[in-house]
Amino acid sequence: MKRYLPFVIIAAVAVLTVGAGAIFYRAKQRAIAGGGVTRPSTSKGGAEPLHVRGQPGAPVTLEEFGDFQCPSCATAAEVIAKLEQDYGPRLRVVWRNFPLAMHPHALAAALAAEAAGLQGRFWEMHDLLYKDQAVWSKALDVRQFFNMYARSLGLDVERFAKDSASEEIKARVISDGEQGVSRGVKTTPTLFINDREVRAFSSPVRLHEAIDAALAESTPKAFGVDRGPAPAKIQPRGERE
Amino acid sequence: MTRARFQTICYTIAALIALIGLADASYLTVTHLTGEDVVCGSGGCSVVLGSVYATVGGIPTAAFGALAYFAVFSSALLAAFGYRRARIFLTLVVAVMFGVTVWLLYVQAFMLHAFCPFCLLSAALTFFLAGIIIATPSTTP
Repeated sequence: MKRYLPFVIIAAVAVLTVGAGAIFYRAKQRAIAGGGVTRPSTSKGGAEPLHVRGQPGAPVTLEEFGDFQCPSCATAAEVIAKLEQDYGPRLRVVWRNFPLAMHPHALAAALAAEAAGLQGRFWEMHDLLYKDQAVWSKALDVRQFFNMYARSLGLDVERFAKDSASEEIKARVISDGEQGVSRGVKTTPTLFINDREVRAFSSPVRLHEAIDAALAESTPKAFGVDRGPAPAKIQPRGERE
Repeated sequence: MTRARFQTICYTIAALIALIGLADASYLTVTHLTGEDVVCGSGGCSVVLGSVYATVGGIPTAAFGALAYFAVFSSALLAAFGYRRARIFLTLVVAVMFGVTVWLLYVQAFMLHAFCPFCLLSAALTFFLAGIIIATPSTTP
């Protein structure tokens, strides 16, 4: 018996590992698929999104709380860009700043994007910051890079530099952050699809599923439920008070 | 204490350490496979586990770690039961793991500039395993 004991133990450990892994895998999948928490926008600071890409009446809104220096956010940006292509006017994207303290240049990048936004080029700067993230993230003086990006986008660089340092812009970023905190955002990227938090941002399949589900939910509303106020009841003559 | 008994104790400890490593690596593998993304905000894990070094040929690096720990567990257990060939295999696997661990620590320290606690735990376990293999007498007189 002793001869076979180690093999029995090895087989038991193998079975236990695979079994526990499978249970853990299923539990995690269930949490990802159905565990999206609905966290509606509040009236607290920053409730009105400033940066929206897409049709105002789009049935699905994908809202991102992001950090320009976060590598995962750069991945998410690529996935979201593809989703915008796939869904066209049915999807609108909202951006909110959530610069994390762990990223030394995240706040400066958020301010730069907001400053570009004052000249109508927020999304262009947004895309550029993610595209070049690996470059400016390692720089000691990021302002040089941001000024260079501003120039390449045709912005008034002097105004851009001045706006980047303004209190107004800083207040916008802080306001977004407060909005995020009030909705339970702790990490980046945090995505909400019609106010429902969706994990697995780098999985186009899961995001497609979540958007399709949101579209299915919003379809009745878009086609007839919202019929406006009910018509006044016609009273028969002689019965009016 | 006889040399044989000391060997058995060393290999048993190695097997137990490998079990901890197996749990650590399995957790990371399953997390990766579920597609739950590594996000920024929870320290170095986001940087390390979201980096290109987190997968090799599309397979999570942690999965290779889980296999290696299982190999260590199996061979250490067999060695504790007196299988001589298992000792050679155990030494080889731990040597490879030691080398890979040193490389991954270098990647975290000098390329990613971030450390993941799960990876550091695995590194500590591998170094401990290497120490045990070195301390264990190779042959029974």
